[in-house]
Amino acid sequence: MIEKETRSQDDVDLPWQVVVHNDPVNLMTYVTMVFQRVFGYPREKAERHMLEVHQKGRSILWSGMRERAELYVQQLHGYLLLATLEKVR
Amino acid sequence: MCSSCMGISCSQRSKKSVDMEICRREDKLEISELDPFLAELLRQIPASTNPEGAPAAEKRLFSPPADRSKTEQCSEWKLYVEPELRRLFRTATETVAADLEQLNGNEKPFANRKLRIPTQHADAWLNALNQARLVIAAKYNFSDGELCDHYRSPIGSRRDLGLFQLNFYGFLQEFILREIDGCPEKTSN
Repeated sequence: MIEKETRSQDDVDLPWQVVVHNDPVNLMTYVTMVFQRVFGYPREKAERHMLEVHQKGRSILWSGMRERAELYVQQLHGYLLLATLEKVR
Repeated sequence: MCSSCMGISCSQRSKKSVDMEICRREDKLEISELDPFLAELLRQIPASTNPEGAPAAEKRLFSPPADRSKTEQCSEWKLYVEPELRRLFRTATETVAADLEQLNGNEKPFANRKLRIPTQHADAWLNALNQARLVIAAKYNFSDGELCDHYRSPIGSRRDLGLFQLNFYGFLQEFILREIDGCPEKTSN
């Protein structure tokens, strides 16, 4: 039990990242709009990330505390984007 | 990702070609000169969002939030988040279905139709169209090459019709996005 609690605390403290993966169906303009809305990024930054997803297959959109990262992933799934939560190595 | 579907031709079966028109009038997005074929494709949006019977489509709509090896994280997601996502997707589809009731009027069966979408429903339309596109793509397992083929005729196999449907819905998404552009809402800090 103590061990589990310690691990959970680590999970909370370590930085996490929100990763978006490429999907051949989603429109580029749609993905850009989603990044603007969810993260509040200006269009240029949103487009840069969108192009990174398109060309490299994935892009790290945000990193920080786990709770916020989880919320972002949930919002991205609400827009039907392929998004995952990963622990920063 | 798919770059654009704007080159879609919407009147391939008509001898006297009247192109579908799409524009914004005050607080509504108006699609006019909808021929019966395109009107039918629009009517099929709600049904097309249903992934039932297609495990690949279900898997795509409800993809895991992490590597599948993170079983605890994935099972918590399934328990707490997935029902919320299902509710969100269903609400968007119901909004679209209600707007599509306009196409069920008593006009002549082969007359061109008009559809007015309130701009406050734009997000629901974007969501439902995206659901439908993802489900169709998963059901037919289209290749990247096929997904970039925006000019394929809908006349032929069921698969060709599916690709046309996917592109037509993408065309509508592009239009809606263009019209709501300039007023992006930040949903979280």
